[in-house]
Amino acid sequence: MKIYLYILAMALTTYLIRVLPLTVFRKPIQSRFIRSFLHYVPYACLTAMTFPAILYDTTYIISGIAALIVAIVLAFRGKSLLTVSLASCAAVFLTERIVELF
Amino acid sequence: MNWNQYRTGVRRGLPVGVGYFSVSFGFGAMAAAQGIRALDAALISATNLTSAGQFAGLTLILASAGLWEMILTQIVINSRYALMSLALGQRLNSNIGFLPRLAIAFFNTDEIFALAMAEKQPLTVPFLLGLGLMPFLGWTTGTLCGALAGSVLPLAVRTALAVMLYGMFIAIVVPPARQEKPVLACCALALVLSCLFTWVPGLNGVSAGLSIVICTVASAGVCAWLFPIPDEEAAP
Repeated sequence: MKIYLYILAMALTTYLIRVLPLTVFRKPIQSRFIRSFLHYVPYACLTAMTFPAILYDTTYIISGIAALIVAIVLAFRGKSLLTVSLASCAAVFLTERIVELF
Repeated sequence: MNWNQYRTGVRRGLPVGVGYFSVSFGFGAMAAAQGIRALDAALISATNLTSAGQFAGLTLILASAGLWEMILTQIVINSRYALMSLALGQRLNSNIGFLPRLAIAFFNTDEIFALAMAEKQPLTVPFLLGLGLMPFLGWTTGTLCGALAGSVLPLAVRTALAVMLYGMFIAIVVPPARQEKPVLACCALALVLSCLFTWVPGLNGVSAGLSIVICTVASAGVCAWLFPIPDEEAAP
């Protein structure tokens, strides 16, 4: 039964973190610094979560590098989210099959 | 309820739903392998809707940690959502009421947030709720399927799917980084810091969640100081 207490604690904490800034801080922020800061947050956060973590979620680091390169090249050319995602998966799959040939 | 906007949101969220399915499949398989029942694993995903926090939470459940330790860890790992909700709140029209905000907040994950912020149109409640639907379903059913049948998909396929979300992050970050030098600088700084927190002895002892928070706050803070955004662009 204790697992449900844990799940409740996890879910409630996570939800409160998400909901308070959306319900309490509802006035537009006047500070230019804070608005600029919030503008940069998603890019900083997504970058920090992607690299170097992408190198360690595959069997070999080289296939993570392949996924990274394929994704950056396709995204640079303006391909859609799904195209970029699936192509990076394909890059991992192919790279790992090639590595295993040797 | 504007169903056209809702449908647009659902369509926009579909790739995230597919990505979530594959990632949460791994979470479900891992939880089941460690003795968590499939429905309990799915319940964790349905109520938390977060990757790093759940992985950490699972570890704490298995270690029979104290509830306060669980709460503290979730606060540290998920604190970035407070920044995201704050940023998302700035994009919402102030006439959007309390109840829709309660629902929108639940779906504010990294990826849904990124999609919402990338949206050029004004954000509406139906669009945001639609945006959350497929990721929520993908995350929950992925966990359930993973817990029930972790061994069915070949390992090679599971490994390839593991980079799906990273591919999506890159697709979100690269186009604006290409066009705006300050965004590029911000990403470069975050990347360097993230590498330091992964590879430098001492720094790599910092938990994954906290190091993301530090990298984010430091990079966004430095860039906001060096390259404040123009006033007209700042008011959505």
